[in-house]
Amino acid sequence: MPVPRLSLPWFPGIVLAALVFTAVFAPYLAPHSPTDGDITQKSIPPVWMERGDREHPLGTDRFGRDVLSRIIWGSRISLLASIVAIGVAGTFGTLLGLISGYRGGLTDTVLMRLTDIGLSLPTILIAVVLVAVSEPSFRNVVLVIALLLWPRFARQIRGETLAIKEHDFVAMAVVAGRSSAWIIRRHIFPNVVPTLLVISTLQVGYVILLEGTLSFLGVGVPPPNPAWGLMIADGRGFLATAWWISLFPGLAMLLTVLAVNLMGDWLRDHLDPKLRQLGRAAVLESPATAPVGGIADEAPGRSTPAGAEPSPSPWRWDP
Amino acid sequence: MMRFLVGRVLQTVLSMLVVISIVFVLTRLSGNPIHLLLDVNATERDQEILTRYLGLDQPLPVQYAIYVKNLARGDLGQSILSRRPVAEHIWERLPATVELGFVAMFLSVLIGVPLGVYSAVRRGGIMDGAARVFAVLGQSMPTFWLGLMLILFFGVVLGLLPAGGRGGLEHLILPAFTLGYFTSAAILRLTRSAMLEVLGSDYIKFARLKGLHEQVVLWKHGLKNALLPVVTFAVMLFVQFLGGAVVTETVFAWPGLGRLILESITTRDYPIVQAGVLVLSALYLTGNLFVDVLYSYLNPRIRRAGA
Repeated sequence: MPVPRLSLPWFPGIVLAALVFTAVFAPYLAPHSPTDGDITQKSIPPVWMERGDREHPLGTDRFGRDVLSRIIWGSRISLLASIVAIGVAGTFGTLLGLISGYRGGLTDTVLMRLTDIGLSLPTILIAVVLVAVSEPSFRNVVLVIALLLWPRFARQIRGETLAIKEHDFVAMAVVAGRSSAWIIRRHIFPNVVPTLLVISTLQVGYVILLEGTLSFLGVGVPPPNPAWGLMIADGRGFLATAWWISLFPGLAMLLTVLAVNLMGDWLRDHLDPKLRQLGRAAVLESPATAPVGGIADEAPGRSTPAGAEPSPSPWRWDP
Repeated sequence: MMRFLVGRVLQTVLSMLVVISIVFVLTRLSGNPIHLLLDVNATERDQEILTRYLGLDQPLPVQYAIYVKNLARGDLGQSILSRRPVAEHIWERLPATVELGFVAMFLSVLIGVPLGVYSAVRRGGIMDGAARVFAVLGQSMPTFWLGLMLILFFGVVLGLLPAGGRGGLEHLILPAFTLGYFTSAAILRLTRSAMLEVLGSDYIKFARLKGLHEQVVLWKHGLKNALLPVVTFAVMLFVQFLGGAVVTETVFAWPGLGRLILESITTRDYPIVQAGVLVLSALYLTGNLFVDVLYSYLNPRIRRAGA
């Protein structure tokens, strides 16, 4: 029998720790204001290039704003957006999932139909329209993302609940005359927490990408906020002359999402015994985590992501 | 099977209704198009006339009822700005979106399937590792940024490919790759795991025992059986491309439906936004329905489970 290898997720761990640190201490770390620029200092290239300036290691944008400072402040937006959106969607979705799974019957049918509808909508398209017509603002972006995200939680948590419900300790609590609310709180919920944590982590990357996409399209966080997506859009017209305006925020986003996804994979493999048992593909199959679910690696057992349920696993993240 | 089918169709219809309602309510709540249409000197009387002409003086539920009734008759309305039927606008743009989606799907399969087969066969090898990196990156890359960087490299630095617009094949390469990269990574993963499963099965062992050439075993016996999930997935990807084309079309100034919707949001041309979202959503939802039905029909395990 192979000895289980305890490998820690060093790369994602370090990147994420750095990211959180950056976001928290942005005011102290950023060398310049993220929003006030000096127009005489516009479009300065990064420091290693010919006209580079030490003052602006990653250069400045077309308004003379320091790219590095904007990226540093921008980490707050990405992080806050994912925490709030996942917090709202996770709470709502988990609650519905618990109720749906525990009550069963008509409640379950109705709630799951709703969830199916939620999962079947073309996410980006709906998000664009929703935010665009409700005035682009950080709050609206986050709300819309949460609105599109809850079904993923509801579906997965319901499945967990169904399984946990069958255990003897639940039956005994019922016999002991405990209320449904008590049983859900004391017996079911604590048992879905690992799954909840895994789903949440796997959704962080998705939220960051979605927020970035909306901001890029001009229907997300409004300027002059230093949202990464917005910065990338800012540099769009200057690719030939000032490529750094778009390149660096994109790299920051890529690195962040990459780290979160790898971390999610690792958590899923180590934290959630049930998912581990089923193999990674099990997670891939469920629409709840499909979009940013990790690499389908060693899952010869059940490996057809489209095969486990009538709905072939849709990758809801539609680029 | 029948029950599954009926339930699935019903769900699609419900989803469509939800989309219709969301779009209707939101576009009406978002601000008055009158102010955009009339110039600043317009009198109150002008505003009134236009409001009545556009039917905006009716209560929202009445507007909604009229809207749904018209939709049921296939009438998508008229563009506020151009005064032309919305359907015309949509038909002008739809082919570009479909073309891009189709090429992107083709490209994803072309990249994803061979890489997937290869990394399944040489499991743990260098190519497997490279394929894994390719796939992980594909999932973490912001599409719009990838598009811009491709423009920067191939368009600006190398000057090889056009940066945007629609034209010949060379115009398609960058947007199709941008749209298809993420999904080719998905196809790679799917092919790989399906191949791993198939290669571990008895009939593959038997084919090898018979002394068949390894390539024949792999491509004829192996891939053929691993392809079912891949093919259904590819069809579904095409559907997803339609829903998600907004981003890529914007980056590459691709004159498709997604961009039309975004432009119309800026000009508050409601009817176009509504119709555009409805058409894309309808394609998306029926496409997914089609894939589900096809899949359950082809896969006996599910056919039985759904019966």
